[in-house]
Amino acid sequence: MTVQPLNSYRSGPDERGHFGMFGGRFVAETLMPVILEVEKAYAAAKDDPAFQAEMDGYLAHYVGRPSPLYYAERLTEHLREGAGGKGAKIYLKREELNHTGSHKVNNVLGQILLARRMGKKRIIAETGAGQHGVATATLCARFGLECVIYMGAVDVERQKPNVFRMQMLGATVVPVQSGSRTLKDAMNEALRDWVTNVATTYYCIGTVAGPHPYPAMVRDFQAIIGKETREQVLAAEGRLPDSLVACIGGGSNAMGLFYPFLDDKDVEIHGVEAAGHGLASGQHAASLTGGRPGVLHGNRTYLLMDDDGQIAEAHSISAGLDYPGIGPEHAFLHETGRVTYISATDKEALEAFMLLSKLEGIIPALEPSHAIAKVVELAPQKPQDHIMVVNLSGRGDKDVPQVADILGGQF
Amino acid sequence: MSRIDRRFAACRAEGRAALVTFVTAGDPDADTSLAILKALPRAGADLIEIGMPFTDPMADGPAIQLSSQRALKGGQTLTKTLDMVRAFRAGEADTPVILMGYYNPIYIYGVARFLKDAREAGVDGLIVVDLPPEEDDELCVPALNAGLSFIRLATPTTDDARLPAVLANTSGFVYYVSITGITGSATPDFGAVAQSVARIKAHTDLPVVVGFGVKTGGHAAAIARGADGVVVGSALVEAVRASLDGEGRATATTVTAVETLVGELAAGVRSAAKATAA
Repeated sequence: MTVQPLNSYRSGPDERGHFGMFGGRFVAETLMPVILEVEKAYAAAKDDPAFQAEMDGYLAHYVGRPSPLYYAERLTEHLREGAGGKGAKIYLKREELNHTGSHKVNNVLGQILLARRMGKKRIIAETGAGQHGVATATLCARFGLECVIYMGAVDVERQKPNVFRMQMLGATVVPVQSGSRTLKDAMNEALRDWVTNVATTYYCIGTVAGPHPYPAMVRDFQAIIGKETREQVLAAEGRLPDSLVACIGGGSNAMGLFYPFLDDKDVEIHGVEAAGHGLASGQHAASLTGGRPGVLHGNRTYLLMDDDGQIAEAHSISAGLDYPGIGPEHAFLHETGRVTYISATDKEALEAFMLLSKLEGIIPALEPSHAIAKVVELAPQKPQDHIMVVNLSGRGDKDVPQVADILGGQF
Repeated sequence: MSRIDRRFAACRAEGRAALVTFVTAGDPDADTSLAILKALPRAGADLIEIGMPFTDPMADGPAIQLSSQRALKGGQTLTKTLDMVRAFRAGEADTPVILMGYYNPIYIYGVARFLKDAREAGVDGLIVVDLPPEEDDELCVPALNAGLSFIRLATPTTDDARLPAVLANTSGFVYYVSITGITGSATPDFGAVAQSVARIKAHTDLPVVVGFGVKTGGHAAAIARGADGVVVGSALVEAVRASLDGEGRATATTVTAVETLVGELAAGVRSAAKATAA
């Protein structure tokens, strides 16, 4: 397929939800009317200054925004050792300091306020690592809404702390036993719930995937990450960064950071997928690197699958990245070449998890540990005046039991 | 006149609704699945829907999820499903075959190649759950151009404003989903279903069949009074499951279990015809 040169990378999606050939609305008829209703409600909210003002109020006083842009001095110095006079200046966008501990709350706040405008009283969501589930349970508690969270049974086991948090917040957590019992199956089950309870229920999707308008809407709600980063880096350095790095499962934290910079041609952008046990092992979650275009969960995008079009089971140490697909806008940015997609293995992510903890006193979640792992590779190749911003999308409290278990002997 | 049109016309001439049976291709294995397929017309099925198994059947309940998993575990592929239709068609010229499933396996097989191979194998129509009218360019329009029927699902959430869009490129028949829900879950409210069928019939001359939640001959009879056809799926694949041995393999009763249930459902559909006539 030939890709046309574009005037702007920020013009998508078209009115049918397409980013190039990706995206769309591949859902059962039962859901089509509600999808159109969400689209209409979101378009109206977007143009309503009262909605934006309400968002801004909660973002400031409930979420705790803006999140800091922090110069990671010791990580920078560490990566300059033996780099022959090279080594980028590394900034962390501290999304892990948000209420609920990750970037997920930015999107959930927007969608819950939208659901309220639509008069929906029951909220459902899928979750992998539990961060989206916790954010959804939190805002449902805040606004007195019924909340049901679908979570793969495997993930319920490996992310126990988040399961307890959701329950304490009043949500019902449903462990999903079908398929690979991880994030994709949680999404299937959430869709089945929505088909069944469509009249009363709003589906709060956690990433930049699903049928139109979700990929664009979730991106818009997350774009505050990139907007703040622009202002903050201009204030700190007087110029835009030279590169951005973020991890990608579905890709919402990455889309949120990248989107406001897509048309700044001099800003290099790197998305980091989860390479699991390594791309050659076949046990990974790197849809762009190891997959091909297909249709699942409402959109056309890159997917891991076999030759018969059956969806493969992804693997990652990180429950939040353990998904065989990726948001359609990332698929588009991959094919146009605007964003470079690379991957980090479980082992590299674990090492980065420990490195950041010890050097900066910040325990990152396993998801952004994948991004840190690639910063460790990329930064020493760049000159010292190269400014690199990495999205620290979540904190690692939820991962402490799992990592302690894996590194067992060391603790 | 297509094979589907002829079959509905024949049922109408008998003053009754059609029985549409769904089974999953390759469940629990290829040979047993073909034997089940061959048994369906003689047991009283008027049209046959063959499920193309998919790893992520988002609109299906546990019964069809499990049947898809059994088939995939047994090595079923879209190519083998088309082979199965070809083998069935060799001995059965009149019973329409509709392939039902999700888009990704077709997309990966290649739409043009799939339509050609399906047509040659003797497939009459397609039902693809995750292709609403908004995505008609993908498969619906090419299928119609290739001479296959594209059967659309209408649901309780499809209101009068939307119905024309849903019916626009539909051919063969309209499949009314009796509940807002997944396959094999709640039992529908038969009165509400009859009203909905009447509502759809006001917009189209196509036959309207009803499915989701139909489990017994009694249910089939209740639906058949108002609709042109009744679809039964989950109950049949559940009968397959119940007949399997401890290792999930077919037994001597697998084919007969399905045959017996289809017989009851066919009797239900036919009894409703008498009720209407009386």
